[in-house]
Amino acid sequence: MQFFGGSDVSPSPPAPTAAGHNANVMYMFNRNGVCLFYREWNRPLRTLNPQQDHKLMFGLLFSLKSLTAKMDPTSVDRGNLGVPQLPGQGCSFHSFRTNTYKLSFMESPSGIKIILVTDPRTGDLREALKYIYSLYVEYVAKNPLYDPGTPIR
Amino acid sequence: MPTVGPRSGDAIFAKVERVNAELFTLTYGAIVRQLLTDLEDVEEVNKQLDQMGYNIGTRLIDEFLAKANISRCVDFKETAEMIAKVGFKMFLGVTASVTNWDIEGTCCNMVLEENPLVDFVELPDTCQGLYYCNVLCGVIRGALEMVSMKTEVTWVRDVLRGDDSYELQVKLLKQVPEEYPYKDDE
Repeated sequence: MQFFGGSDVSPSPPAPTAAGHNANVMYMFNRNGVCLFYREWNRPLRTLNPQQDHKLMFGLLFSLKSLTAKMDPTSVDRGNLGVPQLPGQGCSFHSFRTNTYKLSFMESPSGIKIILVTDPRTGDLREALKYIYSLYVEYVAKNPLYDPGTPIR
Repeated sequence: MPTVGPRSGDAIFAKVERVNAELFTLTYGAIVRQLLTDLEDVEEVNKQLDQMGYNIGTRLIDEFLAKANISRCVDFKETAEMIAKVGFKMFLGVTASVTNWDIEGTCCNMVLEENPLVDFVELPDTCQGLYYCNVLCGVIRGALEMVSMKTEVTWVRDVLRGDDSYELQVKLLKQVPEEYPYKDDE
């Protein structure tokens, strides 16, 4: 994919260019938590084995989504934390940033979640995530040999 | 940047890749005919068409969401309007109209003026119980299930059986909230 390249491992990481060559890691999950796709371009530190890593990531996002929806100050009180929510209620978060990385997230109404970890100076990646989603549709959903719910090869 | 609003069905229909309508109709006809030869029982064929539609629907929903660029619908009424106006237009090139809402807003009928699947089709006497377009019921059911709505979709009126138009009834059984799939222990 020309769209994302690896970033160089150098003492001072290059600033993100206009073309966006700075994705570090990408995950894709379906609504049941199965990790459909995982790709890393630059991940110097590895702490967990892949299964735990996927579970952790999925759990994190699931909880964050729930939390942000429940803590929404602009909507009517929706019940306590932990009550399962109907999709469509409340706001959803789309990115968080730490001092070393930025994580961008997109969820489609059908439960497909796309996560991109990039350099913290990256701008808003929502359009890019939508583009990835449409690529997914084009090449994966339309592929007759693909079994929904299994990892993409 | 301002978010792009949902695109209309016409705009998307103009942009997607299309196949020849007759090819589509004839291919569908060949599928139904083959199913009838293989299974011989009309009820079995109906079920099989519904199942095929369901499988198609579960994949179709992603394409629909990606191309139509919509966020979640607030309630079932909006969902039904979306399906009728944008969905049908995008995939079949025809629009449906939504009628007959019940009091709670969970059940509606969709009327299709024209149906590209049934051009050139006539049902013989041996297949009178066949719902020729049952695949459409399955598609809607499959697609809605992937957005957490359990529905039941049936045919109310069918031109091949002697009525004057195609009418589908879509009933919302329940909305299923998302659950955390892993157990609480690691």
